[in-house]
Amino acid sequence: MIHKKVKRRKAINHLAKFMFLLATLLTLSVLGILLCQIFLDGKEYVTLDFITSFPSRFYEKSGIWAAIWGTIWVMAVTIPLSFMIGVGTAIYLEEYAKKTMFATFIQMNIANLAGVPSIVFGLLGLTIFVRFMGWGQSVLSGGLTMTLVVLPIIVVAAQEAIKTVPKELKEASFAMGATKWQTTIHVVLPAALPGILTGTILAISRAIGETAPLLVIGAMAYVAFVPDGLLSAFTVLPIQIFNWTTRPQEEFHGLAAAGIIVLMIILFIMNGLAIWLRNKFQNTSRK
Amino acid sequence: MKIKKMMKVAFLLSSFVFLLAIITACTNDGVFNSDKEKMESGRIKIDGSSTVFPIMEAVSEEFRLKYPKVEAPVGISGTGGGFEKFVKGETDISNASRPMKKKEKKAAKENKINYTSFELAYDGLSVVVNKDNHFINHLTIDELKKIFLEKNKAKTWADVRKGWPNRKIEVFSPGTDSGTYDYFDDVILQGKPLRRDAELSENDNILVQGVSGSKYAIGFFGFAYYAANKDKLKAVPIDGGRGPVEPDAETIKSGKYSPLSRPLFTYVNNQSLKTNKAVYDYIEFTLENAGRLASSDDIGYVALPDENYKKQLKILNELVKK
Repeated sequence: MIHKKVKRRKAINHLAKFMFLLATLLTLSVLGILLCQIFLDGKEYVTLDFITSFPSRFYEKSGIWAAIWGTIWVMAVTIPLSFMIGVGTAIYLEEYAKKTMFATFIQMNIANLAGVPSIVFGLLGLTIFVRFMGWGQSVLSGGLTMTLVVLPIIVVAAQEAIKTVPKELKEASFAMGATKWQTTIHVVLPAALPGILTGTILAISRAIGETAPLLVIGAMAYVAFVPDGLLSAFTVLPIQIFNWTTRPQEEFHGLAAAGIIVLMIILFIMNGLAIWLRNKFQNTSRK
Repeated sequence: MKIKKMMKVAFLLSSFVFLLAIITACTNDGVFNSDKEKMESGRIKIDGSSTVFPIMEAVSEEFRLKYPKVEAPVGISGTGGGFEKFVKGETDISNASRPMKKKEKKAAKENKINYTSFELAYDGLSVVVNKDNHFINHLTIDELKKIFLEKNKAKTWADVRKGWPNRKIEVFSPGTDSGTYDYFDDVILQGKPLRRDAELSENDNILVQGVSGSKYAIGFFGFAYYAANKDKLKAVPIDGGRGPVEPDAETIKSGKYSPLSRPLFTYVNNQSLKTNKAVYDYIEFTLENAGRLASSDDIGYVALPDENYKKQLKILNELVKK
């Protein structure tokens, strides 16, 4: 009797293991096929010329220089702003704000905002930055809109990181006579930094791949210059890729695949950086 | 010490990109503008139809060779989306694959925006079927209505014309935001709803894939997409009352491919034309080169007769003199 039950449980155990393995393999194989396909389509188009040329109607002369710099410019606005405001908000909510109704209300809203579709932020950006502030279809409007998209994610990630800092560390700091500000800057932040950085970089990776909000605020499709200031018109990598996929000529679809490869490489580097930073700081803060 | 180091790295990370941007911004001046002649500089804001986009992209590309310091980026918000910005004065030039609607004209008037429209080229809206479809030799306007309208729609090809196979019709159409759909709606559907089982896509390549994937599929889009996919698709000759006509450069230009050939436009803000020399130069350059560029193999539209471009250049000159 007991023997039979054990056998049955073991069978279920095996079945569960098999199902989960299948789920993993399914996800991985879809991703693998996708990457393979893109790599095969685009590999012959990824050349130095492709990276350093402006877009052109001739596929042989076309490149992503303007899109790469557009992406960098937009990120140069988004990264510092969203990092500073996001971490600032998280510190306030975790360390300073009293747990009142108001704080709970803000907290709830931030969690909700993290799930809002990015195109909604695009519409908000169009109304506020492009029209009301009059900054037009510029790097500044794009960067600020992207900041809106990633801010809630960074706030939530930073909050989680700050929450994991052991209470004892803080209490020890207070016991030494440190003020709240001193404790935050010298104890809490360094300990939470790996988590904060990982969250930030993942959020930024998402921002780099976003198309919808920038299309709404009016990023351009043909740009043959590198942005020369915050009010310059711009395009970004995903928009350039999207534009190429809509062309009738096959060769442009190859260029789109090549663009995707470059975008993927950038994302891989950023994610690698996130992992490296996490490991590095986790080790140092324990020593 | 370690804490300081960590903060430093964090700070460096967040400002690394920013620094890079500044550095290139500085070096760019050295690399690209080595000759320091006083060249005309300026910014032009161009947006609008994705159908017209290939022409304007080509114009902008060539324009840059002549005026390297003028920035003329082109956006693709669609004809309607482009006009929405244009009538608020946010853009200088708006490309359109249909004329401005009454509502849009009213909005322009309210915002005191005066504008002029120019024709750039012709497009023949092509009705296409699979390469292996051998039973369709031509379609009349009534048959098109049977195929594309929701009301009294034909379920199978046999319902469209006797003797055709008893197989389900698969319909592909551009999205309802596109100027191409608007034009088809105007001429064929006449405001009545498209059949509900039609597959819609804003990306014309999806339509090409759809039609080339099934022997019993039908779809429509701009001539350029047909021209680039002639190995997979077949254009259906359309009988607009005077016998079946197939879309090609000749029949589209002469207007014989009726009622589905249409002009492509660009609208320009008169104020910008007068105050921004770059906008004037750009439009002049467009009218001088649009025909040649639009009808090149890479783009695949049909040029207007030469005298039409000359006439429009005259209109342009008179506008600025006033």
